[in-house]
Amino acid sequence: MTRVVRQPPAQPLARTRARLEGTTLVELTGLSRDRLLGMYQRMALIRQFEEQAAALYRAGRIRGVTHTYQGQEAVAVGATWCLTEEDYITSTHRGHAHVLAKGADEKRCMAELMGRATGYCRGRGGSMHIADLSRGILGANGIVGGGMGIAVGSALASDLLKNGRVTVCFFGDGALNQGILHEVSNLAAIWRLPCVFLCENNFYGMSGPVDNMLALGPDGFKGRAQAFGLPAVECDGMDVIDVFLGVREGVERARAGEGPTYVFTHTYRFLGHHVGDPLTYRDKEEPELWRRLDPIPNFGRLLVEQGLASTQDLADWDQEASVRIAEAVRYAESSPEPSRDTLLEGLFG
Amino acid sequence: MRTLSYMQAIAEALILEMRRDPHIYIAGEDVGKFGGAFGVTGPVFKEFGPTRVLDTPISETAIIGHAVGAAAAGLRPVVEILFMDFLPIATDELCNQAAKIHYMFGGQVSCPLVVRTAIGAGMGAAAHHSQSLEAWVCHIPGLKTVAPATPADAKGLLISAIRDDNPVVFLEHKMLYATKGEVPEGDYTIPLGKAEIKQEGKDVTLICYSAMVRQCLAAGALLEKDGIGAEVLDLRTLVPLDKEAILSSVAKTGRAVIVHEACRTGGFGGEIAAVIAEEGFATLKAPVKRVCGPDTPVPFSPVLEAEFIVSAPKIAEAAKSLL
Ligand SMILES: Cc1ncc(C[n+]2csc(CCOP(=O)(O)OP(=O)(O)O)c2C)c(N)n1
Ligand SMILES: [Mg+2]
Repeated sequence: MTRVVRQPPAQPLARTRARLEGTTLVELTGLSRDRLLGMYQRMALIRQFEEQAAALYRAGRIRGVTHTYQGQEAVAVGATWCLTEEDYITSTHRGHAHVLAKGADEKRCMAELMGRATGYCRGRGGSMHIADLSRGILGANGIVGGGMGIAVGSALASDLLKNGRVTVCFFGDGALNQGILHEVSNLAAIWRLPCVFLCENNFYGMSGPVDNMLALGPDGFKGRAQAFGLPAVECDGMDVIDVFLGVREGVERARAGEGPTYVFTHTYRFLGHHVGDPLTYRDKEEPELWRRLDPIPNFGRLLVEQGLASTQDLADWDQEASVRIAEAVRYAESSPEPSRDTLLEGLFG
Repeated sequence: MRTLSYMQAIAEALILEMRRDPHIYIAGEDVGKFGGAFGVTGPVFKEFGPTRVLDTPISETAIIGHAVGAAAAGLRPVVEILFMDFLPIATDELCNQAAKIHYMFGGQVSCPLVVRTAIGAGMGAAAHHSQSLEAWVCHIPGLKTVAPATPADAKGLLISAIRDDNPVVFLEHKMLYATKGEVPEGDYTIPLGKAEIKQEGKDVTLICYSAMVRQCLAAGALLEKDGIGAEVLDLRTLVPLDKEAILSSVAKTGRAVIVHEACRTGGFGGEIAAVIAEEGFATLKAPVKRVCGPDTPVPFSPVLEAEFIVSAPKIAEAAKSLL
């Protein structure tokens, strides 16, 4: 059995920098300058959203359980930058970023976290259950592995309806050990469905380190996909461009009718599993090693080097993100709570 | 007597039993060094370490499935499914394997297995982390179901559950974990299938279990102000069901209000009502009433969640309507 080595890449954006020898970011990715800058802006927005969500939770203004995403932003943004508004995603308990990256409105997300009537799910879902069907977001999910069946089903629908849509199924390293993944991987493979299984390996489940929990063969993560004869790509999950390029391979394959692809991204959650996690299971130094790879400032520097932005631009966008999130918090807090007599509404459609 | 929290009482039961019998082991997600997501198994891991407190991957099917085999082959697993909402993932293992193996194989195999799992709403954890699915489990012959309301009951019932040679689903209400109560020292058992009158009364029986016992006691206090004597009958185990205790209390009061947090339709309250209708009809002075959760998922919104959970005033109101 091969064990995962829990080690960060040596240099930030190493794979992207290597690919940039003799070319530009615009050429390498085929993305416009605006789309490239948009990656930075969206990651910054997500970071701010998560920082505020955590602060509000600690202040008792958000109840329940909140899982935040700081550190992993490159995965959500890199992946969704390959998709159109019509394409589908399924998400997880750590889903704020996936839905924001897919274009959900931060105001209505924040309102949902606060259980307000103006939230995406009228306050009924909360942090773990944001959905926006108008943008192909088939929902975050409180069940680890809960999105996998749904993802393969939406891929089948796209296939039968011939609407060209692709589904990206986000899930964590912990979810690799849920039985349903085995079943749907096989199903998606035999039916050649247009979906991308996107594993975010952040090296931990709740407390369980992936090296103790995951049995792999000599090919590591990719072996999981190879068991189904599926192609697999491995990406640096701290590098938004590497994720973009990796997921794009899968999306292109799906759109061409060539079936599913696995993408394994290696990333890190800077903070606890949920807000309030005592983090007793992790060395204090480990997050520091990964913070050097912080996907946002490192990508910002690359944009500057590429002449696509100035450091002032980056500061402005950071500022814009915090203004937008402050506005979202105001919107949420001034929104009404659902009224008690609506409890029984809407069980059936 | 010393007081312990519900959570500490459960940990104490686990520790005492594991000292007594080396065949007992614990398995579940994050139960080891991390100490369990709710913190229950922390002290157990401290004493017994990773050879008897096994961290599993996030694989509910395997958690229960492997335990059936381990039990059949001579161990006594006590496994944890963090939230009962995740139990459906392993329903086949529990309902088709664990529940049936003894009867189906003509008594050759026994399955001494405990599944500990947290139920209930109240912490704002929304639709996938708040359910009370006891009725599903109770419907499967071959499974026992326990739902303690107090720390002392939790300890005595868990020890009995571990010593039982059959699969037992042990329901821990997450809003009770921090509640405290007097707990006897040392090893004692409370037999499965034995209800307890938590408060005597002559006018109406409030039949309940788990967290609803507290609500019924609070309702009893409200009713007392109106001169109504409520008897609070805590079932403690649902399967086996203490029919005798139900029937004799209802015979005394002539009125029954059945209370559970779980959704109404197909809930275990229907079974209790049927027992009263079939075997205690003649003693009734009023129709049987149920006060249950509504037939909806548990909503996140604090306002809606509070509305979802059965409250003492609602119970008191139902009781009054029978008088
Ligand atoms: C079926 C199920 N089992 C257990 C849990 C409890 N739980 C919530 S998140 C989590 C860890 C998930 O790990 P991973 O898939 O790696 O995602 P990450 O939290 O790292 O984003 C666990 C065990 C759950 N929500 N659903
Ligand atoms: Mg993880």
